[in-house]
Amino acid sequence: MKPVSPFLELDDTPRAEVTFDGAPLRLPEGANLAAALLAAGIDVFRNTPVSGAPRGPFCMMGACFDCLVEIDGVVRQACMIEVSPGLQIHRPHAQEADDVQA
Amino acid sequence: MSKRDLVVIGAGPAGMAAAAMAADLGLTVAVLDEQPRAGGQIYRDVDRVPKGRGRILGKDYTDGASLTAGLRHDRIDHVAGAVVWAIEDGFCISYTKDGRGAQVTAERIVLATGALERPMPIPGWTLPGVMTAGAGQILLKQSGILARNAVLVGSGPLLYLLAAQMVRAGTPPLAMVETQTRRDLIGAARHLGGALRGWRYLLKGLGLLAEITRARVPRYTGAQNLRIEGTDRAKAVTFSARGTSHRIACNTVFLHHGVVPNTQAARSVGVVHDWDAGQACFAPRLDQWGGNSVAGLFIVGDGAGIGGARAAELAGRLAALKVAEELGRLSSAERDRKAEPIRSALYGELAARPFLDAAYPPCSETLLPADSTVICRCEEVTAGDIRHYAKLGCLGPNQTKAFGRAGMGPCQGRYCGLTVTALLADANGQTPDATGYYRIRPPLKPVTLGELASMEHVAPDAAE
Ligand SMILES: Cc1cc2nc3c(=O)[nH]c(=O)nc-3n(C[C@H](O)[C@H](O)[C@H](O)COP(=O)(O)OP(=O)(O)OC[C@H]3O[C@@H](n4cnc5c(N)ncnc54)[C@H](O)[C@@H]3O)c2cc1C
Ligand code: FES
Repeated sequence: MKPVSPFLELDDTPRAEVTFDGAPLRLPEGANLAAALLAAGIDVFRNTPVSGAPRGPFCMMGACFDCLVEIDGVVRQACMIEVSPGLQIHRPHAQEADDVQA
Repeated sequence: MSKRDLVVIGAGPAGMAAAAMAADLGLTVAVLDEQPRAGGQIYRDVDRVPKGRGRILGKDYTDGASLTAGLRHDRIDHVAGAVVWAIEDGFCISYTKDGRGAQVTAERIVLATGALERPMPIPGWTLPGVMTAGAGQILLKQSGILARNAVLVGSGPLLYLLAAQMVRAGTPPLAMVETQTRRDLIGAARHLGGALRGWRYLLKGLGLLAEITRARVPRYTGAQNLRIEGTDRAKAVTFSARGTSHRIACNTVFLHHGVVPNTQAARSVGVVHDWDAGQACFAPRLDQWGGNSVAGLFIVGDGAGIGGARAAELAGRLAALKVAEELGRLSSAERDRKAEPIRSALYGELAARPFLDAAYPPCSETLLPADSTVICRCEEVTAGDIRHYAKLGCLGPNQTKAFGRAGMGPCQGRYCGLTVTALLADANGQTPDATGYYRIRPPLKPVTLGELASMEHVAPDAAE
């Protein structure tokens, strides 16, 4: 079931097929990945290594590291990536989330 | 390894203006910025924003296109998507772009890394659905997405700007929960002289407030006991105002109570910083050109002290004049002649600041949060933990690392540093200056072994 998004999208941009934790998603191509996931109704991007608390994007400027996702085995900041077709995005495993790439 | 007369770090208004001026004076310039497009925070994505969105964002935003145009210059290489993680003597700047490491050397550096949102630790601020007001703006500028059921919490001009933009876009916020009090406004009145010189800012602010009021967005002022409810995500904001408790259900919360200089890069090279009581933050100790304790390095824009976008641009130009003079492209008399009108414009731009700073002070309950509030988001350290460290004899932020992991996560203290300083200063009865701040060491952003291994000594233009 597609989650209901708390966000309104102003433009209708061509979509790219990606997956998030295995589920197919159609996100605006070239868009900021963190913004696109939020607009698609995904709010929990990861759980913290310390307590397992849920987290999602906070700063959108690459400073807080709360938007971490895993792509091709690398943990990265979703707010610093653009959507491209075929991205396979995962919630990072807790222990990996400390090992980040800018 | 490639070499430039000047490397500018940050492509916001300060960095763009510095680069354009330096290139006009004959210098070769590389501009490094981690974002995919020039603009900085205020003019984020201004070159590709659709027309309709420009109307929502306002002329102050679309005007930024004249600065990004200035980067299209023969002598300027704008290296987009370049995350700078080390600055070494000499200067050698290391950065990562597209998963590969690279370096560039420079005679001079202009640091224009801008501001960060002031940390606003309240119960529940780590929940998904809670973001900074700046993040709300970035979502709108860069991606054209707007929160449908949002509450704005905190204080300051940027909060009103976001609210007005949301009104124009047809998704007004559910409410404005404002922390400033009438007493703050009365206290600010003594700065009214300066504010009147900076009357454009006051008019703009009044215009934004009128838009918000016309849209009938409820406003609560003097709000206290702020809390965000929710388990898996934000569900509601609760607070008290004028003796009444309130609860507003919502999907999104935007927090803001001012921005503070992003001092990470400057601290990593040992620039001396002082506590600025008026702006309640640390700022680098600078001369009138942005020069400081590190020879050859200049700091401009909001990273030098909060002055806003226009002031950032002007300070960028001043630093460029000084660099050009130091590198022999300009006599000191010419430098001073060119600097004079810029300096007087800067004076005008900064006139309204003391009034704004006093009228919208940081929200006091978030400066010294309750014991159970998480203050270090990365390592989930609470205010109570820091107070406990102080009881055990911890005097400064660097010693907290002997007691726990505050400031040791990937954000490297960007969203807890000022809070840790404030808590320790308060607990030990010391000043912020005596208490100090985290020692910042490179890498400024996490770098992987793969990126180091791929380190190419390439020209920035070759790295495009
Ligand atoms: C999120 C946010 C939104 C804001 N929105 C507005 C607004 O709409 N209107 C307004 O008047 N003011 C706004 N401000 C205030 C803003 O700080 C100033 O108005 C203005 O942007 C300051 O210009 P600057 O050139 O000093 O810095 P910035 O515009 O912040 O530019 C700094 C640049 O440095 C880059 N950078 C930082 N560190 C590194 C690094 N290690 N490696 C590579 N690049 C790096 C950043 O990517 C950024 O592009 C905002 C502030 C924030 C934090
Ligand atoms: S949202 Fe803060 S780093 Fe991405």
